[in-house]
Amino acid sequence: MNATVVGLTGRALFGGRRVLLLLTMSLVLVALASVLRLTVGVDHEVTADFLGSVAIGALVPLFGLIVGTGVISPEIDDGSIVYLLSKPLPRPTIVLSKLVVAVSATVVFATVPTFVAGVVMSGGTGQIALGYAAAALVASVAYSAIFLLLAVVTKHAVVYGLAYALIWEGLIGGYVPGARTLSVQQWALSVTESVARPGTVSSDVALGTALVLLVVATVAATWYAGRRLRVLTLATED
Amino acid sequence: MSSSSHGSAVSAGSVLSVDGVSRWFANVVAVNDVSMSIGPGITGLLGPNGAGKSTVINMLAGFLPPSTGTVTLDGAAIWKNPDVYRTIGLVPEREAAYDFLTGWQFVLANAELHGLGDAGAAARRALATVEMEYAEERKIGEYSKGMRQRVKMASALVHEPAVLLLDEPFNGMDPRQRLHLMDLLRRMGAAGRTVLFSSHILEEVEQLAQQIEVMVAGRHAASGDFREIRRLMTDRPHQYLIRSADNRALASALIADGSTAGVQMDGDAEALRVQAVEFRRFTELLPRVANEAGIRLYEVSPSDESLESVFSYLVTS
Repeated sequence: MNATVVGLTGRALFGGRRVLLLLTMSLVLVALASVLRLTVGVDHEVTADFLGSVAIGALVPLFGLIVGTGVISPEIDDGSIVYLLSKPLPRPTIVLSKLVVAVSATVVFATVPTFVAGVVMSGGTGQIALGYAAAALVASVAYSAIFLLLAVVTKHAVVYGLAYALIWEGLIGGYVPGARTLSVQQWALSVTESVARPGTVSSDVALGTALVLLVVATVAATWYAGRRLRVLTLATED
Repeated sequence: MSSSSHGSAVSAGSVLSVDGVSRWFANVVAVNDVSMSIGPGITGLLGPNGAGKSTVINMLAGFLPPSTGTVTLDGAAIWKNPDVYRTIGLVPEREAAYDFLTGWQFVLANAELHGLGDAGAAARRALATVEMEYAEERKIGEYSKGMRQRVKMASALVHEPAVLLLDEPFNGMDPRQRLHLMDLLRRMGAAGRTVLFSSHILEEVEQLAQQIEVMVAGRHAASGDFREIRRLMTDRPHQYLIRSADNRALASALIADGSTAGVQMDGDAEALRVQAVEFRRFTELLPRVANEAGIRLYEVSPSDESLESVFSYLVTS
């Protein structure tokens, strides 16, 4: 990890309006949770439904996408990545530094709000809030790594990222049970299942498998992103 | 590869080598079998837009692999070798450079990324070299084009590289900034650094470069000092195909002048084939004669294949 890369990336990511968008979405999640608490009261099933579909199903992948691509895409697009790449820095170090920023951002803007929403709706009961926060955490890491790789590999990272999150995880995962095995969302829910009180949450993937797949996906994506950054060619207008 | 490093002092005599290099993008050949060796001093890479200059610079900077051939720095391959950046300083053509940072923060970050022992001192020195201390507290986003160019230059100089690559560094600079940069590059060259810059303007290259490499349409068209290049471009007889409103009248007007060696009427093509002795005089003569005789010129093109490239370069620059 390189402190300067972390600093530059952090400033670029949090300096713009993007951060306001992320903050707004986090606050909306907590606000919705509060409304549900006030209207429905304490209902752990509602909590699980809400956090599973809104937080883990939508907010976390979306944040992972915005932040995972956001830590590197703008620099590749405008060419300023050349200032990082024209240095005797190992490329994996650059990727890792950017991943750290992306993960930190998703933790702040997705994991913490998920936990807060869980506490608002169910308090500490059955460790539901904790379970979903843990899921949000692992999913944040995996999504950040995957979408960061996507941003290094293609200029259309956001499109492919959305396609994965919406079509694969959301749509195909809903109908084809096999697809769920290869779904960050399901791996994360498996973590929730193991943390929260039995019976509250169910996932199609066993915890062991889920953890292994989470680690493999994150490490492989990060490793490959480093490889691809090594051979990143800069488009010539000439 | 190691992340710790110290700035390489000017190790005199770094040599960039391009050897039998071609580079194509899909079906388009951008660089066609180019070989050149760039040593200490100032070398200008001259050619019209689209000649492949940026492609060559990108390969020398390690941001593009050659399709065939080798690109090396002191014998070591540049592609996939980040260690070369201890020796190379790069001033890219694109302007984007972390607009949210101040000039100072930007140059300091570059020094830190090089892993320099005293990044602050290196950044101060680089900013002083380009005389940008007065604006170092301002954000790069507020800089003029010339100021950006200088701060980019400072970022490339923080580690005192033995090799400096600049892609169209004079683009968008006003005359004063241009002189300033030329002066700076001259000092770099005199200090034994290997400086390579690209430009599509002959005068710029002529004023600055000891060695000129001319690229036209992806090929290495010529190489030498500016006198040789000048001679190549101006002193050789040139053949032109000219179509005008009155070829016969134009022919007689042209042959009256000493810079025309021969004029031939080409009936089939309804054109004149003109042999010019000296390029510069002829290019001045032709429009003047045509104008005085009231003859409208429809087409002037070189019919000499080998010089078409040079000609097209001169008329587009």
